[in-house]
Amino acid sequence: MPAASLISYAHVGKTFDGGRGAGRVVAVDDVSLDVAEGEFLAVVGGSGSGKTTLLRLANRLIDAEEGHITVEGQDVRNLDPIGLRRRIGYVFQSGGLFPHLSVAGNIGITPKLLGWPADEIAARVDELVDLVRLDRAQHRDRLPHELSGGQRQRVGVARALAAKPRIVLMDEPFGALDPLTRDALGDDYRELHRRLGLTTVMITHDMTEAILLADRIAIMRGGRLLAQGTPAELSDSGDAYVGELLRTPRRQAERLGALLPRDGAA
Amino acid sequence: MNLFADPRWSEALGHLPDYLGNHVRVSLTALALGLAVSLPLAIAARNRRALRGALLGLASIVQTVPGLALLALFYPLLLALAAVSLSWFGFGFSAFGFLPAVLALALYSMLPVLRNTITGLQGVDAAILEAAQGVGMTPRQSLFTVELPLALPVMMAGIRTAAVWVIGTATLSTPIGQTSLGNYIFAGLQTQNWVFVLFGCLSAAVLALTVDQLLALIENGLRNRSRVRAMLGGAGIAVLVAATLVPAMTRSQTNYVIGAKTFAEQYVLSALMAQRLRAAGLSASSREGLGSNVIFGALAANDIDLYVDYSGTLWANQFQRSDIRPRQEVLDELKTMLAKQNITLLGELGFENAYALVMPRKRAEQLGIRSIADLAPHAAGMSMAADYEFFSRPEWAGLKKAYGLSFRAQRQMQPDFMYAAAASGEVDVIAGYTSDGLIAKYDLVVLADPRHAIPPYDAMVLLAPKRVGDAALRAALQPLLGKIDIAVMREANLRASGNDATSSPDAVAKWLWEKIGTK
Repeated sequence: MPAASLISYAHVGKTFDGGRGAGRVVAVDDVSLDVAEGEFLAVVGGSGSGKTTLLRLANRLIDAEEGHITVEGQDVRNLDPIGLRRRIGYVFQSGGLFPHLSVAGNIGITPKLLGWPADEIAARVDELVDLVRLDRAQHRDRLPHELSGGQRQRVGVARALAAKPRIVLMDEPFGALDPLTRDALGDDYRELHRRLGLTTVMITHDMTEAILLADRIAIMRGGRLLAQGTPAELSDSGDAYVGELLRTPRRQAERLGALLPRDGAA
Repeated sequence: MNLFADPRWSEALGHLPDYLGNHVRVSLTALALGLAVSLPLAIAARNRRALRGALLGLASIVQTVPGLALLALFYPLLLALAAVSLSWFGFGFSAFGFLPAVLALALYSMLPVLRNTITGLQGVDAAILEAAQGVGMTPRQSLFTVELPLALPVMMAGIRTAAVWVIGTATLSTPIGQTSLGNYIFAGLQTQNWVFVLFGCLSAAVLALTVDQLLALIENGLRNRSRVRAMLGGAGIAVLVAATLVPAMTRSQTNYVIGAKTFAEQYVLSALMAQRLRAAGLSASSREGLGSNVIFGALAANDIDLYVDYSGTLWANQFQRSDIRPRQEVLDELKTMLAKQNITLLGELGFENAYALVMPRKRAEQLGIRSIADLAPHAAGMSMAADYEFFSRPEWAGLKKAYGLSFRAQRQMQPDFMYAAAASGEVDVIAGYTSDGLIAKYDLVVLADPRHAIPPYDAMVLLAPKRVGDAALRAALQPLLGKIDIAVMREANLRASGNDATSSPDAVAKWLWEKIGTK
């Protein structure tokens, strides 16, 4: 293990009530996973694979039934969930912004809950608006519905970073965006991750995105952790499902290489 | 502009500060109480399916109770509570007027507030709730900074509906002793004063619209985060409340409150007594349009000081007596029974307003009918009409038993229309009131009651317990006792049912005083 792990799952299990006599549905099944400090981990899987449940266990939006989860060395069961959530950034699918609060109000919400003085919050909001490359004059006082999808998600990222967390959890953050915006936002976030020394766990169903952004990839299926490692390590995996997931980006790369010849060689 | 030249418009306007002020006070208090109860309940119930169902079900049931009945139900309930409180804790409270009206109206306001608050809170997007949790809000912070602001438009729509309902229904609080814009409507309907009826309806509608628009302004301000608009709306409501408090504070404290039931004769007699008190240098005000069951309780509880009731009504309703006794025995016994409650039977006015079977004179003569005994053989082929309560009163049971009466059909009617129906032959017999002026007007005849099945209904003045030893009051009323005979009262009642300026209770009372003063 390269560095101390900031988030650690040990034999974690979680089931849900399937409803209407369907019995218990296993969402996460005996998962052990470590996220090192400064690491960018992508968790990849289809719908129902348990990836989102795994993410929510970390800040106790959901509580585990089995196993242990530690964050910054502390077992989360011994931590106040409210305090835990305030010190972990969380980026929601398609923003999750509060529609009745301005951009500034959304970004400053966690500092406000933590009781920061108003002038410090205002300064922090300005800093973050710059950081996620929005325009202070133009966007600061807008309401979410007046922004484009990409701008909204930038606000979502800024809100997650507002209280200066060491850890950021992202739930399919760029899934609903058009490819160009998605690419730009992904790159910008990757840069922030590096510059601020963050530890990031990102959920995605898109293997290409995971390969392009993450240091390491964990693959989930049916609640179980199938494989984990760098893209290179994964491509050596003998698992059929992992191979299938990697085939798409590979084919895309090949076809793009053929269709977009460089230096006018064609 | 002939329509508005009618002096009754300015008379109506003269009552406006008092009626409107009381109306605003009772409806806004009820609305505030309703909100204070409904909002926390709705918030507590939003995630509890069983509680939610129970609350909405209960509120819906309350809503199906007619407003008048709901208001009337609260009076005996509070009366009983006040008695319990007095005997257990040593203090009572007035079950008359303001309190029962506020409670009933508050209950009435609950359904739209509950329903819209619950709907509004449940309509908040689950993703937004999750985000509130995710950024580290406590459930309380989530409720106040996210859920309530987002549910606000739906909640405000409910509050506005409740406000309009309460302001409209508050007009029905007149019969339980709460002065309101309903005073115009009740008095106007009874004395055929359509100017009053129209004035009451219009002012209630304008008030409802004004409050609705002020609430809309507040909602708009909150939604668009415009402090100016929200404050303007709030200031508007505050001004409304303040404006209604000013006349209440500057109004001279009246010493004597005179009650009146909901028919023209009572309005006239209460005006007459008020005039006598003022002539004697005593200050007096009227509390009109009180329900028959409310008014006696109000007197016993010292909420009003005096009013005119009828011996038969007290005998049958207040003391639950069904036995038929000679007139003097009834009066003597009533006096004793009333004295036990510290109520003074000051004396009789000189006429009776009894129920009586009434039919057209010509028809009666043709058939040779002079008394109810003569009528009985013909009854099976005849139809009969009475007011809304007669057929369930002991007098009717007594009549049927004494004479073996059985009519082909029985109908209930607004008393004002009954006499015309008899005159036109639409019904054959009506249960009229002996002092009604319409008996003479339509050439009807009162049938005799040889078996004394109907108890005597002498009009008599009752004084509240706290006025037991009030010599000035007795002296002021003394000239009226025994002076008003049935013919004079019938004519007064006929005048009061007219539809012009000389038919106001005050004008008729003056006429009546001149008539008996010169005797």
